[in-house]
Amino acid sequence: MDPVFLARFQFAMTIGFHFIFPPLTIGLAWLLVIVEGLGLKSGNAVYTAIGKFFGKILALIFAVGVATGIVMEFQFGTNWAEYSKFVGDIFGAPLAAEALFAFFLESTFLGLYLLGRNKVSKGVHWFSILMVAIGSTISAFWILVANSWQQTPAGYVIRNGRAELTDFWAAVFNPSTMVRFFHTMDAALIAGAFLMAGISAILIVKGKEVATAKKSLTLAVYFGLVASLLEVFPFGHEHARQVAHTQPEKFAATQGLYTSQSGAPIAIFGVPVNNPPEIKAHIKIPGLLSWMAFGDVNATIKGINEFPADEIPPLWMTFVSYHNMVALGMYFILVLLIATYKIRKNTLWTSTKFLKLLFWSIPLPVAATQFGWVAAEVGRQPWIVYKLMRTSEAASITVTAGEIMFSIILFGLIYILLFILFVVHLMKEINHGPAPLELQEAV
Amino acid sequence: MIDLNIIWFLLIGVLVTGYAILDGFDLGVGMLHIFAKDETEKRMNFNAIGPVWDGNEVWLLTAGGALFAAFPIVYATVFSGFYIALMLLLAALIFRAISFEFRSKMESAAGKSIWDWAFGISSFLIALLLSVAFGNILGGVELDATGKYSGTFLGLLNPYAVIVGLVGVTMLAMHGAIYMAMKTDGAQSARMATWANGAWMAFMALYFLSTLATFFFAHYLFDGMLKNPLFWVLFPLLLASAGYIPVAVKAARFGRAFTASSLVIASIIGLSAVSLFPRVVPSKTDLAYSLTIYNASSSQYTLQVMLIIALIGVPLVLGYTIFIYRVFKGKVVLGKDSY
Ligand code: HDD
Ligand code: HEM
Ligand code: HEM
Repeated sequence: MDPVFLARFQFAMTIGFHFIFPPLTIGLAWLLVIVEGLGLKSGNAVYTAIGKFFGKILALIFAVGVATGIVMEFQFGTNWAEYSKFVGDIFGAPLAAEALFAFFLESTFLGLYLLGRNKVSKGVHWFSILMVAIGSTISAFWILVANSWQQTPAGYVIRNGRAELTDFWAAVFNPSTMVRFFHTMDAALIAGAFLMAGISAILIVKGKEVATAKKSLTLAVYFGLVASLLEVFPFGHEHARQVAHTQPEKFAATQGLYTSQSGAPIAIFGVPVNNPPEIKAHIKIPGLLSWMAFGDVNATIKGINEFPADEIPPLWMTFVSYHNMVALGMYFILVLLIATYKIRKNTLWTSTKFLKLLFWSIPLPVAATQFGWVAAEVGRQPWIVYKLMRTSEAASITVTAGEIMFSIILFGLIYILLFILFVVHLMKEINHGPAPLELQEAV
Repeated sequence: MIDLNIIWFLLIGVLVTGYAILDGFDLGVGMLHIFAKDETEKRMNFNAIGPVWDGNEVWLLTAGGALFAAFPIVYATVFSGFYIALMLLLAALIFRAISFEFRSKMESAAGKSIWDWAFGISSFLIALLLSVAFGNILGGVELDATGKYSGTFLGLLNPYAVIVGLVGVTMLAMHGAIYMAMKTDGAQSARMATWANGAWMAFMALYFLSTLATFFFAHYLFDGMLKNPLFWVLFPLLLASAGYIPVAVKAARFGRAFTASSLVIASIIGLSAVSLFPRVVPSKTDLAYSLTIYNASSSQYTLQVMLIIALIGVPLVLGYTIFIYRVFKGKVVLGKDSY
């Protein structure tokens, strides 16, 4: 088999699996900062109970996040050696900065947060979860800098057959960094909120520590609602505009715009077919896309037909992933609006069906982030570095297809095992439930 | 005289040394875990390193990131060249990382024992694979005139690299045993002291053997080394600290023994760096094809930016790392929140 295909498959598999965990880590860490902060201020034992319970869940997610992240750090060198040589002058710096500024912070303070509750003062203990949250956010920032640079390169020249850095800050704050950072960070907050809400909901259904679970459910729903609204507007919107300006062929692919149009419509729903490229069973709102991207209903948007045939991304994957992400975004807002209404009416606690829906929605924000990444990364093809280097030229030349196959099978098996263990232990932890409130003061 | 390329060679040396000293004792504890006697001893092992091992491992990630940033050609050539070995290393790192969390969640003895084995074997493999890789770099790898690697996985298991690999394994076993002797008391501490002595003897014998082997397999390493004034600092330091270890262990001064074994690690890595310099990856095919700190580096501007990043980041990291070690200092006490 083609080594480049295998290398791509492997990268998609390992990063896709890794990225199940970081959003949950980041989102839950920030929620715990709030929970532990409230506990610190009010001295109320409910918050300690929530903190301890979700702290254990954070430890589990974090462990798998770390285990799968290590692979990523070395993967650029093992599978993408030509790429690493080409971009090393620029790409290595954010990776090193991430380790130095973020990984040390989060891993060191997580140990203190989990194992040091009785060793340090309450204030220092709160500070430790704050550092975990800040560390994971800095980590997201630097790795997204690296990714954004390959989407919209800036601050470099091509010299000595490679991209050389000429302006550090221009490379760091390239045209897509900040939009991508806010969009991805907020996605993580949504994922954390749904995790906390869903677990609390199922505790209520099971009648376990209901008073505690009600508190964490309420907090998670409000937090998640704000995050979900912000995710669509402004973050999603701004991101889409940025793509329209900086990567027009990707934009056309996400929107299913196969021929250039003025007054271009937004496709709410559609079934893309490949040959000839068109969108079937269209539901669309005329003019809206032109207006959203360029502030003018009559603006002309370039369709796929305007780009050279060897520079257009796979259309089906890009379109479908993007639309699934957006649809899920709408779903999050809807569900959390209903939940808020039910909290206000004090009927949420007895709506067993709805509580179960919340529980089963836990994986959906994670799915939305995966769809988002597929749209962004597949939509970048055939380039590994937009307009500078093709993916087909980037793989390691000394690594054989057989070797890559070996590692795909090795990590495939390990990841299946990890995933089963993760789910089993998560369910076990949920079944244990938080410690009863009466016991909290004693410890 | 001292340019940015040299500074980065030094800094990466510091990161590798930091990793070897810090995660080194984790790995040593992990290897010896295979021989732990009962449940209490096993839990002591996990809890002695539980709060710190992840932070320690980040030294490796930082060294990897810094290598990518400062010497991308080395990062790309070595990692793609040592492909299968690296994949095995990553698999071992994964199992080590998850064994803490999953062992503590097991209720049955059989379940716990699976993770005990996973922890022990993966720690051993990490120490072995990293040391063998180090041995291969020292011994030189097959690079052609364009810097392309042409070795094989089995070629990595050559006698010289394997001897260096065993030096690494025994050194870290000794380091880990001293650490555990320091963190426990009573019978476990005494047993660990015995292990430390045994590992010390094996280490000394293997180190002597590896020095002999260097004469035959990688003679060029001596060329740069003897001319370098640092050699005359590092070599006596190595002898003195290695000689002091059994004395300190006998007197049950484990804190001092630990400092000494940390110095052993630092001086061994220092000596290797001195002997490689200015090459990073020597070529076996022809020394002239070697990757050096000049032909494999990033641009001067990037090295400069990275230096600023390091100057801001490293003090911060050292600051809170010291803070955390102080919070968890003293003997391990098993409690409710423990693993
Ligand atoms: C938006 C966030 C994000 C993204 C896109 C990635 N990661 Fe990640 N990564 C994290 C956010 C994160 C995180 C939140 O910092 C960790 C810590 C625990 C966890 O669950 O995720 C993490 C852990 C983690 C670790 C372990 C750190 C430790 O030992 O403490 C490594 C080495 C990496 N990652 C490396 C990568 C690389 C090379 C990526 C890109 C190809 C990558 N991650 C994508
Ligand atoms: C964390 C979420 C991410 C996901 C789910 C993701 C997903 C993907 C997918 C699906 C591919 C394969 C695309 C294809 O070959 O058609 C890919 C490729 C790639 N991505 Fe990402 N990605 C993520 C983050 C990143 C980050 C943060 C970086 C860089 C720092 C990155 C760098 C790359 C590279 C180098 C490739 C390989 C070359 C290629 O096929 O384009 N990715 N990713
Ligand atoms: C109407 C709502 C949304 C819009 C308009 C939107 C827009 C976009 C666009 C245009 C991209 C592609 C960026 C690129 O290719 O460079 C993207 C990527 C992404 N989206 Fe969304 N999005 C929305 C909702 C969501 C939701 C609800 C989530 C998750 C909870 C999410 C998570 C992501 C992620 C993780 C990425 C990949 C990283 C990135 O490129 O930023 N998005 N989004």
